[in-house]
Order: sequence, then structure tokens, then C-alpha cells
Amino acid sequence: MNVLVYLVPLALALGALGLAAFLWALKHGQFEDLDGAAWRAISDDDLPEDERH
Amino acid sequence: MSEAQDLSLFVRHPSEGVAAMDLVVDGVFCGACIATIEKGLRRQDGVRGARVNLASKRVTVEWDDGALEPPAILERLEALGYPAFPFASGAVDSVEMQAEKRLLRCLGVAAFGAMNVMLLSVSLWAGADSDPNSATRDLFHWLSALVALPTAAYAGLPFFESAAKALRARSLNMDVPISLGVVLALGMSVVQTLAHERDAYFDSAVMLLMFLLAGRFLDQRMRRRTRDFALNLSAIRADRAVKLFEGGEARETPIGAIRPGDLVLVRAGERVAVDGTVEDGRSDIDQSLVTGETAPTAVSPGASVYAGTVNMSGALRVRVQSAASGTLLDEVNGLLVRAVEQRSSYVQLADRATRLYVPVVHVTALATFLGWLALGAGWQQSLIVAITVLIITCPCALGLAVPAVQVVAAGALFRRGLILNSGEALERLAEADTVVFDKTGTLTQPRPTLANAADIEAADLALAGSLALSSRHPLARAVAEASGAREPIAAEEVPGQGVSALHCGERVRLGSVAWCEAEAEAAPVAAAWPDASLIALRTPERVVVFAVRQLLRPDASAVIADVARNHEIEILSGDREPAVALVARELGVSRFEAGLKPADKIARLKALAFAGKRALMVGDGLNDAPALAAAHVSISPISAAHIAQAQADALFLGERLQPVADALRLSARARRLMVENLWLSAIYNMVAVPLAILGFATPLIAALAMSGSSILVTVNALRARSAGAPRR
Repeated sequence: MNVLVYLVPLALALGALGLAAFLWALKHGQFEDLDGAAWRAISDDDLPEDERH
Repeated sequence: MSEAQDLSLFVRHPSEGVAAMDLVVDGVFCGACIATIEKGLRRQDGVRGARVNLASKRVTVEWDDGALEPPAILERLEALGYPAFPFASGAVDSVEMQAEKRLLRCLGVAAFGAMNVMLLSVSLWAGADSDPNSATRDLFHWLSALVALPTAAYAGLPFFESAAKALRARSLNMDVPISLGVVLALGMSVVQTLAHERDAYFDSAVMLLMFLLAGRFLDQRMRRRTRDFALNLSAIRADRAVKLFEGGEARETPIGAIRPGDLVLVRAGERVAVDGTVEDGRSDIDQSLVTGETAPTAVSPGASVYAGTVNMSGALRVRVQSAASGTLLDEVNGLLVRAVEQRSSYVQLADRATRLYVPVVHVTALATFLGWLALGAGWQQSLIVAITVLIITCPCALGLAVPAVQVVAAGALFRRGLILNSGEALERLAEADTVVFDKTGTLTQPRPTLANAADIEAADLALAGSLALSSRHPLARAVAEASGAREPIAAEEVPGQGVSALHCGERVRLGSVAWCEAEAEAAPVAAAWPDASLIALRTPERVVVFAVRQLLRPDASAVIADVARNHEIEILSGDREPAVALVARELGVSRFEAGLKPADKIARLKALAFAGKRALMVGDGLNDAPALAAAHVSISPISAAHIAQAQADALFLGERLQPVADALRLSARARRLMVENLWLSAIYNMVAVPLAILGFATPLIAALAMSGSSILVTVNALRARSAGAPRR
């Protein structure tokens, strides 16, 4: 059972990491425009003019 | 419109030297629109940035303060092909947004807690507590407590706050038993852990919070979305008025910046945007949105005009005033205040269930405690069983039963073009057994249309249409629209009379019947269309009379026939008897009253209520506002007067009347599902509570029962979405 000594904190830490990521995303408005985000992902504004398709 | 626009009302200053404005943009649908708008705006000099929100159809533009005038941004967007409307993002908006974000944050925390506590609980159930000295079990319980206590303290706050508020007001709401259950479950679990006991309920408490938060979050988001949509519409529809400054300068100003005492200019063909008295000018006013009367009224200096009416022929200068005594607006306001005061407070289904549920549960728990004590168990064990009863009855399913149906039904109605203004509207709609319609603007389309096109020769119609193109008069516009004319004939407008022009060397006129000397020809047309306004075309050879009237909504007959199967139907109108009779006959409605004043409409609704009927009032006019407030439940079209919209429980969009029928059908089904869900959770309690009273409820059973019943009622609620096939 000694394995618990590091497995349990590891599990909690991973969960907490996920929670922190979620709270960060929420705070920075990542969920404010769910429809627009879907379209922005496929826009290729970041490429130079000649590489766009 | 040559006037400069004053948009300072809408400009924000987020930081030093930066100005920003929020705009509603109609017609953004995809990524291409986003790219066009954002790039197009950024190319403008002085613009710092632009960000489109596709979900809410809004754009936020930031620019260097003073580098450009706000109207330039509107012009730029117009040139890009996206007409935009400035939008004042009010304080209400951000408060609602904060509440939604907070619920989502709480939900995230609760989900994290539930996952980790479950991880520990499941390993215990799976056999980790077979360890004879219980050291592992105690460790897992302490770890659970370490996660569950802070989680509940944070994620439970919305419930604790609401429960405290209810208790301070000496009432009970659903959050009181929820808070009590969570706190007792956690407290008891800590005591059990200290005593090295087997059963702890950390997982149940946190899971309960997670399920309830999910329900609340969805509910809040649905409400915000429909309200956002309504706000967008009001921004798009927002009236502007041409304000006349001292010194003669005229400037187009948003209505929010106009104060009583200001002088505004209302040109022919424009909608009057303010209530006031005429200072200068003569004209005819289409009052149909105010009184329901379709025939225009003549106004001269000293007369009152109301927001929402249409100025038909001459330019007017209007002195803005808030409700002056003795005017129609004053009468309506007085009636409105009384109707709102007399409105009985409606007790929602969920509240009725709560009132029944809370005492029953608490008495049961108390009886369990006393029962075990009487049977010789120690007080500690009795207390544990009693608390288990509280935990197992915790209103997880009950808390979801009604809101889940509301969210799903409101979403389904939203897609069918109906926006609910209040949560309880759905339940009150389901109870309606009588539907009372206003005529003008509700059963009929808000804009006038040419009625007798079939009786008119194509050449005459084409000529009249070309002439009509050069006039701003609403009747002329209807003729122009019906003719499909594209090329205007150069014509001169005679104020208050009509237009005249030289066509193929001959003088032709289009205008009022008197001006065209067409009284003789007009008489038979007036008899055939009693509710129509007439205009005439005079050429040297002949005279043609056009009847322009508000046509019925395209699906009005079908919808009325559909609704009439389960509801009684009446028409209450402020318009003249012949006009109302004609519409009633067309729709096959036998009960109608015409020429009603706002007070008469209320009297009729009171009579209905006295006879035990529950009336749905559908109306749009200023004169309907008190009746909308007095009825059991009310719906307005989106074209309604502002004051009427504010009173209505729901708004419907578009030209069709179908959303009204949908609302009745879907709400009836939603209510049935709510009752069903309440029964489902009652049955769950009937099974689970005896187990708990007898002391058989383990944490595993509690967790299974709780999630099982929650999922059951949620799945059942989803059925509210598909209430029969929508009729096309």
C-alpha cells in the first residue's frame, strides 16, 4: 500500500491542474464565443498571402 | 439622411486615450463574415482593434480617442455589407454575465471535487476497506474530507446564500433543504471518520452540488441567451429622432439621449419616436399601433402624438413630453399601474412542490430519529439514521425536475421564434383556456399592403408604382411594392396631397381621393374594403382607386383554426366595427368586440377571469398594454409598441402567427413533463426513503439513487424538445 503515498497526491495534483486550466480559460473569456472559435480555427489569416488555399 | 449622428451615448472609454463601442451586427453567420468585418475595420485609420462575437452577433471596436468620429465606423461596416447598430452594454448585462461565470466556476470546482472524491469512494466500495485494521479506509475518508470540505464551502455558496436570504425573509425555498442536507452530510461524515466508522457521505454531498449546479448553470445560460437576443433586437429596432437644436441645427440622436422639452423633427413617412405635442405643421398620423384604429387621424399644432405612430403626409415639429395628464398615454399608464398592482402573484409548480416537500421531509427525519430512539438505539445511531434520511431525500431530482424542462422547452420555443420574458410564463401559458386577440398589428401584418391589386390593370399599376416611388408616404410605398416598379418618374410632391408628374406629355396624379377628384369611383371600393385606406390615380382618361389595408398574417386562418380546437377565441379591437367584423368573418371567429378603449379591454378580461377563464392576451398596441398586464398570460409580436412589449410574458418574431400556436402546444406539453418529473422524483423517494428509515442506506446506495434519479428526470425533460412535428 506504500504506493498510495505518491499515487494519491499525484492523482489530486493532476486533477487540480485540470481545474486550474479550466479556471484560467474561464477567466480569460475562452468560453465567451463558442461559435466564433469554431470558425477562427480554420481561418488562415496567419499565413502569408501566397500560402493560403 | 444628411444629419450628423450623435453616438456619444454608446461610446465607452476602457482606458486612457482609447474609445470603444459595442455594435449589434445583423447577418454574421460564419468565419468569412468574421474575417471581413475584423480586417475591414482594422484597415480603417485610427482603429486599434475589432473583435466579433459570433455567438451573440456583436462586434466590439476600439479606436484611438479623437482619431475618428464614431459614425465613421457605422459607415465603414455598412460599406462592408454589414449594417450595424450601436448597443449600450448596460450594467444589467455584466451582472448577469458575472452570475453565469460564477456558476460555471462553481460547477468546475464541484466537478473536480466529485471526480476525486469518487475516485476514493469507488476504491473503497471495490474492496479497499476490507483491510482489517481500517487504516486505509480512514486515510481515504480523511483525503475525501480534505477535498470535499473546501469544494462544498466554495461550490455550495450560491445555495447557502440563497437559503440564508429565504430564511431571513421567513420563507422556505428549495435551497434550504439542499443547504441543510449538504451541511449535515458533511458534518456527519467528519464525525463518522473521527469514530473510525465505515460510512461517510462526502461523495454524495459533492455530487449533489455538482448535479444541481449543472441544472442552474444551464437555466441561467438559457435566460441570458434569450435576453441577449431580445437586447440585440431592441438595438436594431432602436428609434432615433432628429433633434432640433437652438440655432436650427438638426442632428439624428438616439432616443435614449432625448429629454422632455426637446424639439424633434418628424418628416413624412417616418415613425414618430417620441411622445409629445405638435408645435408646428399639419399631417395625417397612422395611429394603428396606438389605438388599433386603421384610418389615419389629422393632427395640427397642439395635438398629441405618440411613439410608434407613423407620420404620413407632412413634416411636424414635436415638443417632447413625458405622459401629460389627459392624454391617452396618461390613461394607459394609470390603467397599467392598477393592472400590475392587481395582478395576483402566481405560485409556480416548483414552489408548490417545495412547500409540500420541505415539511414532509423534515418531519420524516425527525420521526425516524424519535422512532429509533424509542426502539432502544443510542441517540448517536438514531441521529445518523435520521441524517441519512435527509441525505437520501435531498432534492436532487426535485431541484432538476422543473428547471430542466423549462430550459429545454424555452430552447425549443426560441428556435420556433418565441422569446419568453419570464420563467413562469411557460406554466401560465399551459393553463390558458381562452385566447384573446387584438386585431391591428396582431392578427394583421404591421405594414399595409395593396388589397385590390386583382381589380387593377397591369399598366395602371405600373404607372402608379413608378409615381409612388418618388413619395415617402406609407400608402404610396405599399402601391410601389405591389407594382414591383423600379424606375421612378420624376414627380413633384404636393405636401399632404400626393405626387403629380408629366408622363408621355400628360399630367398624372397619385394621391388622396379628394385631390384626384375621385370620390365617385372611390365609393364602391370603400364599400368592398371597409378597413382600407384609399388613394387614387388620375390620368386624363381614367381614374383608378387603390385600397391599401393591413392584410392578415399569412397563416392566421390556419393558426386560429388550430388554436380553436382547444381554446375559446375572441377578438377585442380598438378599430371600427366593419373593419373588425370583416377580419372576424375571414377567420371564422364568432366572438368579437370593436371600438374598445383600453379600459374596456380590461373590463372584458376581468369578466372572463370572473367566469373562471384563464385568458391569453395577444396584442401589440399601446392601448393593449394594460390588457396585456391584466391577462393571465400575454404575448406580443416583436413589432409591438415598447410599452406593450415590456408587459408581455413572451414575444414572437416574424410575419407568421404560428409561434403563438406553438407556444400553447409546447407549454402544455412542458407542464405535463414537469408534473411527470415531479412524480418520478416522488416515486424515487418512496422507494429510497423506507430503506433509509430502516437504516439500510449505505453511501453506495445513496450515490446510485441520487445520480440515477437525476439522470432519469433530465432525460425525461429532453422530450419537451420534440413536441409533435412542427406544422409547415
